[in-house]
Amino acid sequence: MAAVATGRSGGAGSALERAPENPLTAGLERLPVPPTTLVIFGATGDLARRKLLPALYNLAHDGALPERFHLVGVARRERAHEDYRAECEQAIRRFSRREPDPDVLAGLLEQVKYVSGRFDEESVYERLAQVLDSFDERAGEPLNRAFYLSTAPDFFATIVGHLGDSGLSRRAEAEVRVIIEKPFGTTLEEAHALNRRVLSVFSEAQVFRIDHYLGKETVQNMLAFRFANGMFEPLWNRNYIDSVQITAAEDIGIGTRAGYYDEAGALRDLIQNHMLQLLCHVAMEPPVNFTAEEVRNEKVKVLDAIPEPTPEEIPGMAMRAQYSSGHSGGEDVPGYTEEEGVAEGSRTETFAALRLEVDNWRWAGVPFYVRTGKRLARKITEIAVTLKPVPHLAFSQDGSLGVRPNQLVLTVQPNEGVSLQLGAKIPGTRMVIRPVNMEFLYGAAFMSQSPEAYERLITDAMRGDATLFTRNDEVEAQWRICDPIVQAWAADPGPLPLYEAGSQGPEEVGALLRRGDHWRAI
Amino acid sequence: MTDVVWSEQGTTPDDIEAALRRLLARQHAENNDYVPARVLNMIAFVDRQWSGEIANRLGGVGRYNASRLLVLAYEPRRERLDARVAIATERRAPGELGLLRETIVVEIGDRHLDDLLTIADPLVVTDMPTLLWSPHGHPEALDALLPLAQAVLVDSVDEAVWREAIDRACALSREAYVVDLAWLRSTPWRERIAAIFDPPHRRRELGAIAKVAVRHHPASTVAGMLLIGWLAARLQWDVEPLLGHGEALIGKARARRQDVALRLQAAPEQQVRGLAGLSLEVSSGRRLSLDRGPGGLQAHASDRGAERSWTLLGASRGEQGILGEGIRQALLRDPTYVPALEAAQAMLP
Repeated sequence: MAAVATGRSGGAGSALERAPENPLTAGLERLPVPPTTLVIFGATGDLARRKLLPALYNLAHDGALPERFHLVGVARRERAHEDYRAECEQAIRRFSRREPDPDVLAGLLEQVKYVSGRFDEESVYERLAQVLDSFDERAGEPLNRAFYLSTAPDFFATIVGHLGDSGLSRRAEAEVRVIIEKPFGTTLEEAHALNRRVLSVFSEAQVFRIDHYLGKETVQNMLAFRFANGMFEPLWNRNYIDSVQITAAEDIGIGTRAGYYDEAGALRDLIQNHMLQLLCHVAMEPPVNFTAEEVRNEKVKVLDAIPEPTPEEIPGMAMRAQYSSGHSGGEDVPGYTEEEGVAEGSRTETFAALRLEVDNWRWAGVPFYVRTGKRLARKITEIAVTLKPVPHLAFSQDGSLGVRPNQLVLTVQPNEGVSLQLGAKIPGTRMVIRPVNMEFLYGAAFMSQSPEAYERLITDAMRGDATLFTRNDEVEAQWRICDPIVQAWAADPGPLPLYEAGSQGPEEVGALLRRGDHWRAI
Repeated sequence: MTDVVWSEQGTTPDDIEAALRRLLARQHAENNDYVPARVLNMIAFVDRQWSGEIANRLGGVGRYNASRLLVLAYEPRRERLDARVAIATERRAPGELGLLRETIVVEIGDRHLDDLLTIADPLVVTDMPTLLWSPHGHPEALDALLPLAQAVLVDSVDEAVWREAIDRACALSREAYVVDLAWLRSTPWRERIAAIFDPPHRRRELGAIAKVAVRHHPASTVAGMLLIGWLAARLQWDVEPLLGHGEALIGKARARRQDVALRLQAAPEQQVRGLAGLSLEVSSGRRLSLDRGPGGLQAHASDRGAERSWTLLGASRGEQGILGEGIRQALLRDPTYVPALEAAQAMLP
């Protein structure tokens, strides 16, 4: 008989006892997801229709759902299972990134059930428990359960409380998880109260707070870029880096989101969560390993190193503005207060910018400029890291754009890539330098299409991998930085600066910059 | 896709390479939002008379196309090198970059076979991995081009004699990374088997598997051998040559606790290449089967009289999807293929 090599260490026959992992998963690109029933609260809402259901279909298409999978939709309106399945089918056909395969779609819809009722009704949870138990019975074993809260944030605490009261937050011999959409509170106090409520029912290991930016491939690539390339890390500190600028600009207005946006504003909508996460990815120390706890520990350290702004500091480190009418994409567009659904005389900011400092050994004295806005000149999300200038220049700067500090730009969207601005000699007899770009584009270097963020996040939550989700202390640390600004702006009755739609943003934003710094063109 | 094209009869590799550079510079000058894709070189050695069919197959792989494709179209009596270069532009949404993909077709004859390396070498992009594919056989051409390649694409079920396919893949795997389409067709099966045994209480059953039966397309014996080879390698079974038994191959493997009965059986009703089904039985008597079906794999389990059936959802990737996946896999490394292949070789009757 021939002994078969396995690629694993250890003597023949002993690996199964010693190795806790499944030997069949070696070499597979997709790790197994445990058998799970996913319950979506708010199952008929916009997020479920546009993102969650198409994501589930695409996972099914790729064979990436658990080998046993059921979906239960919970929403207020009365409807039969068949009617909800028809709604699911319609949403998938409309919003899926690929044409559905009829057999796969039919197979997925067969696993769908619907429970109607108000989220504060006890009977909803009793009926839900019956449906869940019937799935377990059919499978002959308890399936894992994941509760996805895709409702208005006001219902989060209610649903969590009822899940606890009805005994659905625990299951013998199976894992129970809760996935909570953003926004996780609208103030520090609310976030803290919600965390307390959630953690009175679930343990932190059961809780998956969504920040869908973390599911984007390019955001994850930032960690690969920093920690898999030896050439950048020696420069990645206050000795070589002059400033960091993080921009999330959109050329569109608020679309159909007026109801939400007019309450939230730019600071809560993007900076408090997504942009502070990007900042953490730039500033964090290398984790010991890429487990959820280690990565999140390092991010929390960065957030803890950002001082909470005092009321006196806020006018000098934070500014807001609102777009007025202008031109976008060659068309006239209305100002924010003329948009449908926006309250008359609304003082909600559509542009926000901050100058933050990370007070630790690596970053002391390096300003982190963060800005976001709607109806700006174009859509771009990028991180620009400007290096300090060379200490002495032996070349003439006459007759050229001159020597500029090197700038490393990580573009998250739309053209994901990395660009490094270098000085190069202009061909000719004189030693004249001008900036040139060295470009790396993900689209030009990889064949694969990135999965939708929600596909990755749903899979990770069902697998219990929390690396791409925000932890309770992380959320509260984000609010600790933003809450004083929210409060100060709410208390300020003065007029908001305006910027023309389609422009680079308000001129006043220049006041946040340190002398000699400038905002990159959007 | 829009193409720019250059062609010349009686040309040289240097002229072809210079023409390619000119075309790229011209495309970039006309629109600097067009950038050359730089992921993978692919060299395809094909019979000229079937080169259209190969072009169609590669045309169907979409975004998995190699950045630079070099087709060496072989026609035995050809004396002269003729070449055609095309640069295709993949248009994207406004504001996004367009990718340029280069295809070079060089027509060659017997007299060029000794110099294949010097023809191909100048035409692949340096510092980019190269995948080699010879879908019409020609092992000598493939061997001649091997020094240029980091990966070789094969389809073990294409070989006329399946026993030789396994030996050939083993030999190639010692020279380069082998991407075997027969192996990739089994990926969904391997993923699902791994998933079924992944819950901790099921994982223990891996050590108690007592019977394995694999059903396959009549021309896909290699696929079945590879799947059993994979189980044997991952679960550390000692295997021995299988024996012919009517239409089936049967044999046994020795696991730590018990022998495992093995059976490979052709499934004449299966229309597409690859696997048709799998049955596993553990020593407690629990049985599990997976069978190809609409919308995914149909699972059936029986345990002490209780019968359960369910579907493991997943769409078929089709043969073009498999080829695209093969090209993509050239950039990855699956450490489990060679052990599975070696186990399959050890089971050869």
